[in-house]
Amino acid sequence: MRSPLELADARPGPAFTVTLDGREIEALPGQTVAAALWTAGVTSWRTTRGEGRPRGIFCGIGVCFDCLVTVNDRPNQRACLVPLHPGDTIRTQEGTGHDD
Amino acid sequence: MTEQPHLAVIGAGPAGLAATVAAASHGVRVTLIDSAPEAGGQFYRQPAAELRARRPQALHHEWRTWERLRDGLRTHVQAGAVRHFTDHHVWYVDRRDTRFTVHALFGPEQEEPVEVRADAVLLATGGYEKVLPFPGWTLPGVVTAGGAQAMLKGTLAVSGRTAVVAGTGPLLLPVATGLAAAGVEVAALVESADPKDFVRRTRALAAQPGKVAEGAQYAAQLLRHRVRTLVHHTVVEAHGAERLEAVTVAALDADGRVRPGTERRIPCDTLAVGHGMLPHTDLAETLGCRLDGLDVHVDDEQRTDVPGVWAAGETTGIGGSALSLAEGHIAGRSAAARLHGTEPDPGEWAAAAKSRSRLRAFFAAIDSVYAPPAHWTEQITDDTVVCRCEEVTGGAIREAVGELGAGDARTVKLLTRAGMGWCQGRVCGPAVAGLAGCELTPSRRPFARPVPLGVLAAAGEPEDD
Repeated sequence: MRSPLELADARPGPAFTVTLDGREIEALPGQTVAAALWTAGVTSWRTTRGEGRPRGIFCGIGVCFDCLVTVNDRPNQRACLVPLHPGDTIRTQEGTGHDD
Repeated sequence: MTEQPHLAVIGAGPAGLAATVAAASHGVRVTLIDSAPEAGGQFYRQPAAELRARRPQALHHEWRTWERLRDGLRTHVQAGAVRHFTDHHVWYVDRRDTRFTVHALFGPEQEEPVEVRADAVLLATGGYEKVLPFPGWTLPGVVTAGGAQAMLKGTLAVSGRTAVVAGTGPLLLPVATGLAAAGVEVAALVESADPKDFVRRTRALAAQPGKVAEGAQYAAQLLRHRVRTLVHHTVVEAHGAERLEAVTVAALDADGRVRPGTERRIPCDTLAVGHGMLPHTDLAETLGCRLDGLDVHVDDEQRTDVPGVWAAGETTGIGGSALSLAEGHIAGRSAAARLHGTEPDPGEWAAAAKSRSRLRAFFAAIDSVYAPPAHWTEQITDDTVVCRCEEVTGGAIREAVGELGAGDARTVKLLTRAGMGWCQGRVCGPAVAGLAGCELTPSRRPFARPVPLGVLAAAGEPEDD
């Protein structure tokens, strides 16, 4: 199967490690939180305040705020906008992200 | 630096770039302010530089036009005529007498305030996608069609292996072909309109031979990737427990209602769905610019009715990248002339003006064909979440309308909180208006994005100059 990286002939630098809820995942230089999580097969990283339902990317351009996530202990970051750096810690955000 | 007049252009998509290059070529100092890390906007969204894509054009259409814009910007930046502020998120434009202050937040965390003073402002803020709700649309794996494309173009990422692309409008074609080219199996392209209706509108098409060729290209690509196209069909429901597993699609009857018995289930892990575009008009509105319906009103020179404020591109009405280029060029030329105190000569942009008239007619025809099914609100069940932020259901909104007498989106919001969350009603606005039985009207938002209180307090302090 052809991948988007192959389609665009992308040759990023070496992958680095970040964590999602303590689990190590790989990320590429230039990837946002959302891109790395999608590539790792993860599509949800937040539960809603009311019903506790899973959410992930919806608009992908910073408008809808559905992809909120906790990065390096800061809640309410938009996964579609925030770039990743080696060692970043991503945590699934539950509700407002201020309860834990 | 000499005392050249200074124009602030907000948005670095096709309209903003064309305006920047046009104004800078005519002796105006430009600060181009954009939220993305690279110029391009949504249409020419570029892969992050660190991904080192050697063939980004594989994800794009009209690449030569992009190269021309990119090189034009680079030339003017190197010459010192243009400053390009990336990753600057504009939340407010303040007008005092004849001077403007653009307030932005710098960086992905959007906390560091930046102010840009200018003699005039050109709004090229673009648009975003409209999505109408249906059961299951909040499941992870359901994304906007434009969102799937943005993630692909900007980060070279896709959310799964098998996708359905659905809704209505010309955006669905490049999204389906783009995903297929990137290795995603596109199980179906589900369009609620019947594009054959469009072909019958020979006048609008005859004026745009380029658009006919573009349509034929997409058709060939869909065929090559074996994408099944279902016209006059709609997604009835998205299924899954914790994430998307399948969608049910069904045929529409002549009145735009789901035809019972035509439902079929298509397994997929991604649904890219969209029902057209909406313009970003928050900054124009807080500046006091007149809107026509949802669009910023402009004259033949792309001036708004507020002195010193121009607008171009999707914010003045959805019409695609070629129209945005024409409008941006005209706006930039007009602003340059007027900032030098001279009356512009429209003869100098006659070609762009001609292109603008043709493309506006073309998109008016597009709009009349690519409309959501007439009875789309019937697909919103009482337990369908309509306001994604505040988790307000279709049933709660119907109760506010039917039993509590709400007749407009604002009253629905006060009664149910629909539209009161993080996105400020940008996503649920069309659905709430539809359920309330009223036209979608621009929502009055004092700021274009969330602002830290400390930044807001500091911005209100008296200025030194």
